[in-house]
Amino acid sequence: MVVAALVPRGWPKGGYAVVTATLAGAAMVMSVFNWRDVQDHGAQSLVGGAIALDGFSVFITVVICAAVIMTALIADDFLRREGQDGCELYALMLMAAAGGIVMGSANDLIVLFLGLETLSIALYVMAASNPKRLQSQESAIKYFILGGFSSAFFLYGVALVYGATGSTSLPKIMDFLATTNLLNERLLLAGMALLMVGFGFKVAAAPFHIWVPDVYQGAPTPVTSFMASVGKVAAFAALLRVFVVALGQYESDWRPLLWVLAVLTLLVGSVLAVVQTDVKRMLAYSSISHAGFILVGVQAANAKGVAGSLFYLLTYAFLVAGTFAVVTVVVGPGDSQTGLDAFRGLARRRPSLALALTVLLLAQAGVPLTAGFDAKFEVIVAAVDAKSYVLAVIAMLCSVIAAFVYLRITVSMYSTDGEVPAKRLRVPIGAATAVTIAVTFTLVVGFFPSNLIDLARDAVPVIVSGS
Amino acid sequence: MAGSTFPILSALIVTPGVGAVVVALLPKQRPQLVKPVALLVTLATAALTVYLLVDFKTGAAGFQDVTKHSWIGSLGISWHLGVDGISLFLVVLTGILFPIALLAADPPHDAKSYTAWILLLEAGVLGSFLSLDLFLFFVFFEIVLVPMYFLIGGWGYDNRVYASLKFFLFTMAGSAVMLVGIFTTVALHANETGTVTFDVVEIATSQSISQNAARWLFLAFALAFAVKVPLIPLHTWLPDAHTQAPTAGSVLLAGVLLKLGSYGFLRFGLYLFPEASHYFAPLFLTLGTIGIIYGAICACMQRDLKRLVAYSSVAHMGFIVLGTFAFTMQSVTGGVLQMVNHGVSTGALFILVGFISERRHTREISALKGLQAVAPIFAAVFIVVAFSSIGLPGLNGFVGEFLVLIGSFLTARWWTVVAAGGVILAALYLLWAVQRVFMGEPDEANRSFKELTLREGLVMAPLLALIVFCGVYPKPLIDRIEPSVKELVTHVEKYAGFELPVTPTPGAKG
Repeated sequence: MVVAALVPRGWPKGGYAVVTATLAGAAMVMSVFNWRDVQDHGAQSLVGGAIALDGFSVFITVVICAAVIMTALIADDFLRREGQDGCELYALMLMAAAGGIVMGSANDLIVLFLGLETLSIALYVMAASNPKRLQSQESAIKYFILGGFSSAFFLYGVALVYGATGSTSLPKIMDFLATTNLLNERLLLAGMALLMVGFGFKVAAAPFHIWVPDVYQGAPTPVTSFMASVGKVAAFAALLRVFVVALGQYESDWRPLLWVLAVLTLLVGSVLAVVQTDVKRMLAYSSISHAGFILVGVQAANAKGVAGSLFYLLTYAFLVAGTFAVVTVVVGPGDSQTGLDAFRGLARRRPSLALALTVLLLAQAGVPLTAGFDAKFEVIVAAVDAKSYVLAVIAMLCSVIAAFVYLRITVSMYSTDGEVPAKRLRVPIGAATAVTIAVTFTLVVGFFPSNLIDLARDAVPVIVSGS
Repeated sequence: MAGSTFPILSALIVTPGVGAVVVALLPKQRPQLVKPVALLVTLATAALTVYLLVDFKTGAAGFQDVTKHSWIGSLGISWHLGVDGISLFLVVLTGILFPIALLAADPPHDAKSYTAWILLLEAGVLGSFLSLDLFLFFVFFEIVLVPMYFLIGGWGYDNRVYASLKFFLFTMAGSAVMLVGIFTTVALHANETGTVTFDVVEIATSQSISQNAARWLFLAFALAFAVKVPLIPLHTWLPDAHTQAPTAGSVLLAGVLLKLGSYGFLRFGLYLFPEASHYFAPLFLTLGTIGIIYGAICACMQRDLKRLVAYSSVAHMGFIVLGTFAFTMQSVTGGVLQMVNHGVSTGALFILVGFISERRHTREISALKGLQAVAPIFAAVFIVVAFSSIGLPGLNGFVGEFLVLIGSFLTARWWTVVAAGGVILAALYLLWAVQRVFMGEPDEANRSFKELTLREGLVMAPLLALIVFCGVYPKPLIDRIEPSVKELVTHVEKYAGFELPVTPTPGAKG
């Protein structure tokens, strides 16, 4: 942003997007070097014990950067279409991404909170970034207020955990719980519950999901895409690190809680998605049900569960970015036409776009030979491994219910009833690129998932004490 | 004809798959290319299946032409294909039925995507019949859903959206539960033996899962197959899907897709969980028998000719399920044979109904009358096919049904008695339909019914030939089916701990 302010007006078209994408790309490349480093030397702790550098944090960094690139591609033409060409959104995106990466790599609860707040505040402003649409402002206020509450809960939870264990540093918490037998566990359990509430809000777990449909629907579509991908990835990363690793001793306490959360989330997400008429709301509820799936992986609390959740987050980031790219193109200026009717007959207007969206939606439904199926596969395998059979069956049945939603959109696209709008649908190059990347990723990973699955297996979080 | 190293099974799956991609990429400006390319692909696949048939070693029980390549090594998933007596004729049926379905009816619009979906469907179906790896089977099983959904939803009749959605969601729900079953099977097998593998042969031969767990797992698998077959009460998707699908869609749905369910029972139900399948046999025998009677009664009541044929499918598949769960050599062989026969006869019936619907733009039986007077050859063909569906001796339907009934009588006596009544009911609804549609004096609207054209006749000819040939001389089929069935039945006997009643051999007495 500083750079943009210094350079005189008249940045070449798409300049901001290119810069953002390049920065994110550079971060990704550097992450590869970090990965090598971690594989050779093992996990390390940096910045005086505040940040952890292990396979997990590198993986999360890469996923977040990928999501930033995709969103930058979508946002480019969107902003020009809305007449808001400027660098603010990109700057906010990068800030939010930085917050997310800090969340994923945090080795200390306070640092985690820092990352959480950076991410959240940037997201609040991004949600409000369309001054012409009242819904955008409304969604931002809702998000801000509810998010503020949840951050307060989170902070209180951190305080209680500190009170119980004597430290906010994750390695110290882990060691303390491993070596000490707490006489009075109530403080710790209360702290865990409050932390769960805070995380639950961010990842859109039921019953903390109420903000999701309204905010996703109101915010500008590229921002929705960013929220759905980066917001979830960062929050789940933090959740995994704190609960599975740091609080791993108390597995038997928080696992049943997560079980209930996962089931509720899955049911709410899939069932309520069915009755929606607005596509953005449908996708919001579907992202809630995806969060439920990832919670199934977290609930398994074993290495396979973590790997499965990571793999799911990676594929989900691409799927949601691609889906929202198409939605951005179809809904028209001002995000005005978000009903299912906007998609009617898309197959005749733009067959390749319709086909791409079909592939992405089928991937979200979990049809084999797509990355979405492999992701669900990994998570269900982890659940079965942890003997959570009932949860696995519920998850699969909810995926069938959710499939109905995706099929409805597909049917609408291919329907031959009604007249086709004469105006040709403009597909800007940024969105087209994003969609192509998403579809290619989906199909390639669908056919050959081994490499990425092994990578996710290696990205298990390790807690190392600070120097 | 020594065993060549040509990977014929992989070729069988890849050919239509590649064909689907090629057709999808054909230029829009040359629509006349679509059909020849598709026909070339399906005929090539058919030729490969015939080659497979000819090359098949009769009398050998195990899997032949096995291909195995590691796919996702860390999980023990491999590209493992194999064919034996049970799947051989299903593969050949698929190969033959697809070009016929393509030739039988032209899509009213968007021929390119229609044909591409059909070719993808063929790849999925062949993959399902040939897979010997649980994950691979599941992938192909699910892949079959997508093209069928689009075929019904995009090219079907008035109520197609509802029908296609119902079909997709029902089948997917069944397979969702099966997926959990697959994972649990692999996990439990891994716990006992220490190796993580999705290989069907390995898991089936090691039989290391505990009895209780195996029963639950069998139910999980059985749910998916019960939806596909379909077994009462999970059959409600079938009448709508069959009726609303375009002609080729119905032919393929009834001819091939339903067999996925019954094949699944044999290959994954009985083979993987022999004890559980024996334990639950009474349940499935009952459901199958109810299906026979209920399907037949519903068929009698139908006013729509296509829906009548759809319900007759429910009834016929009931026979196959009866044969499968009676566990005798003859009943299972009869079941497998009936799978092939049903595919041919019901496929032919749907094609003929498609012809009627094309000419008269109606499927209502009340609107059709006296067609024999204006189109005698068409009527003759229809009547032959109807007789085959009824199970008239001399035609293919009889052989399968007869074997099933004789074989099941030994172990499932009272179910068989009830099922035999179903044969009479089949005669009832089919002959009554034939009488109403073809006999009598044609009225004004029916007088313009055109006779069977040469092209249509050529499409029906191979099916008619098969109907007669398999009815008169089924020995080549039975010879190839029997050894694999024998091995399967022995496998079930061994692990389920029961003994088959011994049938007296002819000539043993005096």
